[in-house]
Amino acid sequence: MTRRAVITGIGVAAPNGLGAEAYWAATLEGRSGIGPITRFDPAGYPFRVAGEIGDFAAAQHVPSRLIPQTDNWTHLGLTSAALALEDAGADPAAFPEYEMAVVTASSSGGTEFGQREIERLWSKGPSWVGAYQSIAWFYAATTGQISIRHGMRGPCGVVCAEQAGALDAVGQARQLIRSGTALVVTGGTDASLCPYGLTAQHSNGRLSESDDPERAYLPFGVGAAGYVPGEGGAMLVTEDADDARARSAPVVYGEIAGYAATFDPRPGSGREPGLRRAMELALADAGMSAGEVDVVFADAAGVPELDLSEAAAINALFGSRGVPVTAPKTMTGRLYAGGAALDLACALLCMRDGVIPPTTGVTELAPGCDLDLVRGAAREARVRAAMVAARGYGGFNAAVIVTKTDQRRSRWHRSPRSPSTT
Amino acid sequence: MAQITSFTVDDLKETMRTCAGVNEAVNFDDDIADVTFEDLGYDSLAVLEMAAKLQNHLGVVIPDDAAEQLPTPRALAEYVNVRLAG
Repeated sequence: MTRRAVITGIGVAAPNGLGAEAYWAATLEGRSGIGPITRFDPAGYPFRVAGEIGDFAAAQHVPSRLIPQTDNWTHLGLTSAALALEDAGADPAAFPEYEMAVVTASSSGGTEFGQREIERLWSKGPSWVGAYQSIAWFYAATTGQISIRHGMRGPCGVVCAEQAGALDAVGQARQLIRSGTALVVTGGTDASLCPYGLTAQHSNGRLSESDDPERAYLPFGVGAAGYVPGEGGAMLVTEDADDARARSAPVVYGEIAGYAATFDPRPGSGREPGLRRAMELALADAGMSAGEVDVVFADAAGVPELDLSEAAAINALFGSRGVPVTAPKTMTGRLYAGGAALDLACALLCMRDGVIPPTTGVTELAPGCDLDLVRGAAREARVRAAMVAARGYGGFNAAVIVTKTDQRRSRWHRSPRSPSTT
Repeated sequence: MAQITSFTVDDLKETMRTCAGVNEAVNFDDDIADVTFEDLGYDSLAVLEMAAKLQNHLGVVIPDDAAEQLPTPRALAEYVNVRLAG
């Protein structure tokens, strides 16, 4: 029988909460982590607000040997991965090392670290550039450090597809589980809120220049004028459903039931962007109809024409106001490689508790964005399946569908709010 | 002949702490002078990083090839000392 990839652990590092439960509580309450940029003085730059993780002390979560060797983005990845493993009750020492793998997404690599080293290069000279620059900046650094720390020596990798990357990573993780890998740490983080990183991001023309944290990022809303960047993300522990049952995993959040990725046609071609096709292919991959999806976590670009095209894609599949849509990333900003990973974590918690978190800030839908956008407050709902959609700058599209694991086939399923009686 | 010691293993410990961190399994208060960097959890990159820091802060030239041949804190501290004295 085909091995089925389920998610048994969630680790979160988000601007509005460190740890899955802190993040989830904040998200349900509509508590935002977006605020004025404090990491540096943004006075000379055209951006003012961001989703910074304010209260993160790397020394509390990351081995001191690794701190000077790695970028903040890797610190957040190591932290999330450890939290996810702890949540899964999975002790890496109990698994054969070549049967564990790490597949993460990265969008910027170690930008903040790199900026520090470039500053040393230009102000003091080449001999002041640290040896660790060689390993801290590159996209695979987080995957590598997680792999080394936990002794996971199976097929590891990194995916770079901007905001869509984490869904591609999860798709790869599912493939690894199917082909026999016992456990995969997957997801993504990003942390590029330094002048160098933000200047690079700003070149896409999509960053919000608003200084009002509550009105800077309004996807699908009247007044949408770009997105707010943030840092952080999530890591997930995936394993085969039967393996998880065999080791009595404490929680099974859901199954990775469908995944697909597409690429946009070249700019100016006049052809439809690839997002709808990614959603459609993910449904087909899951063997599901649109009617079986209970909520869509939108990409939510916050750029009017991109919002319109996403709304059109959703409505083409689900019908006008045919499915609840939400964008809790309005409380964190777009986290690039971490964004879709955090959305997946959010979708799994949404299924667990039967409540859809709100999209904050948006008071009035933009004309043409005719969506059932969950706003104002969280909405209780029976959620058996959730779709996460993501678009990465440069033409990447991906969609993942997670489903609640079959209660009949998994009587061992327990969640904090619905303890199993078996 | 007694040599003037101006750079000690304790001074080196401070460099190690700031530029390469400390392995959880290692107690820096112990006598680690003759424990190899490898056993202390420092790989070749960490040794290069420490050598570069010492070079920049003390003005002692430590070529990469030389750094690789200095297996313990005592060996590295002595290498620096000799060149400081000279």
